[in-house]
Amino acid sequence: MLNKVWCGLLLAGILYGFVRAACHDWQRASSSPGGVVAEEGESSTGPPASGPLASAASAASAAARSGRGLAAMGRDLNAAALDAAESSVKICIGLIGVMALWLGLLNVAREAGLVDAFARLLRPLMRRLFPEIPADHPAQGAILMNLSANMLGLENAATPLGLKAMKELQTLNAQPDTATNSMATFLAINTSNVTLIPFAIIGYRQLSGSQDPARPMLAMLLATTISTAVAVVAARMLQRLPRYAAPTVVSAGAAAPAISTEVAAVDEK
Amino acid sequence: MDSILPTLDILSQWSIPLAILVILSAGVYRRVPVYEAFVAGAREGFEVAVMIIPYLVAMLFAIKVFVASGVFDDAKRLGGRMLASIGCEQYAETLDLLPLALTRPLSGGGARGVMLEIFEEHGPDSFLGLTASIMMGSTETTFYILTVYYGAVQIRRLRHTLPACLLADAAGLLASVAIGWLWFRT
Repeated sequence: MLNKVWCGLLLAGILYGFVRAACHDWQRASSSPGGVVAEEGESSTGPPASGPLASAASAASAAARSGRGLAAMGRDLNAAALDAAESSVKICIGLIGVMALWLGLLNVAREAGLVDAFARLLRPLMRRLFPEIPADHPAQGAILMNLSANMLGLENAATPLGLKAMKELQTLNAQPDTATNSMATFLAINTSNVTLIPFAIIGYRQLSGSQDPARPMLAMLLATTISTAVAVVAARMLQRLPRYAAPTVVSAGAAAPAISTEVAAVDEK
Repeated sequence: MDSILPTLDILSQWSIPLAILVILSAGVYRRVPVYEAFVAGAREGFEVAVMIIPYLVAMLFAIKVFVASGVFDDAKRLGGRMLASIGCEQYAETLDLLPLALTRPLSGGGARGVMLEIFEEHGPDSFLGLTASIMMGSTETTFYILTVYYGAVQIRRLRHTLPACLLADAAGLLASVAIGWLWFRT
């Protein structure tokens, strides 16, 4: 799954950028009415996956001629790749300090028995959301700490606590390279963003000169409740589908063909 | 709403100092070796942060190259032409939200840029500005979170995680547009 998404993003990005820039250059060179035919000819030389994208490119660049030529597009793609490499290391270096601080504090709280007390308090809710986690497992506390940090909008604290929760969930995992149901549910809740007061967005609205920066707050709460509800339901429903079954089940071989070699390798073991 | 916001802000700013206070007092009360416990936890944090780097480089690389190719701008233009051709021009302004919806799960910084652009062009208190705020506030940077969280425990097979998360994102974004349309459209 991840292999396909990753490869698809890269291939689509580069091929699309090339076709788009080539069309742009070609159109500037000869702005004759027969351009559309030639563009379609060009797009069909690409692999079939880029077909719909390429025709979108020709339609769009015909509609508005604002765009980049081949040289500018190449420079942009190049810069994007290098920028990604640099900024991701920066993010992680920045994370080191925050991670150390928060996991240090969490460890003190855990040894003092605070996390367990918190987890015991919310046990009924957790049992419904994560039936696979045993009652007194430390994963319960870590998940709760992460979700509370998220709710309060403490992004710096949420990531370290969430990673701690993943490590605890991993101790319950029989197959260390495959996600468990609890992990999927946890991440679905996490990415649907349960925030009570979104200070960052209110701040940006204020900076942009809004008369009433906090006006969409209630609407946000409503929308995020909907997305979290969908996240829980989707995670619990999808985990039962045979194509997403854990690979111990043989029917996992019916999954997408691109990973079938991996599945075969697992089966041989 | 305006009067309670500063109070909430103060509460939020103090939540971390207060949490530290509670944790430390509980530790001292329970006779935990506080300093040793902190250092043991901090070492674990260091290891996790370093372990994520290769996963994050791989994912951000693919996402940034994809976004730089300009697919999303073209999708917006194409959508505008399609709406015009079936005679629904009055909905065309909503299309300015399409790049935001498509960028949001991929890149936090990118989505913030698109939102600020919408603020600048239409004003933060317009229908589009308010709806963009709701969209930003009700979803997360799904791909970044999946990469970092699964990278930390070195899981490669995500099973149903990605579809579940993307379904939730789609629901959040659609709900945002629907709520914005019903609530803030003048």
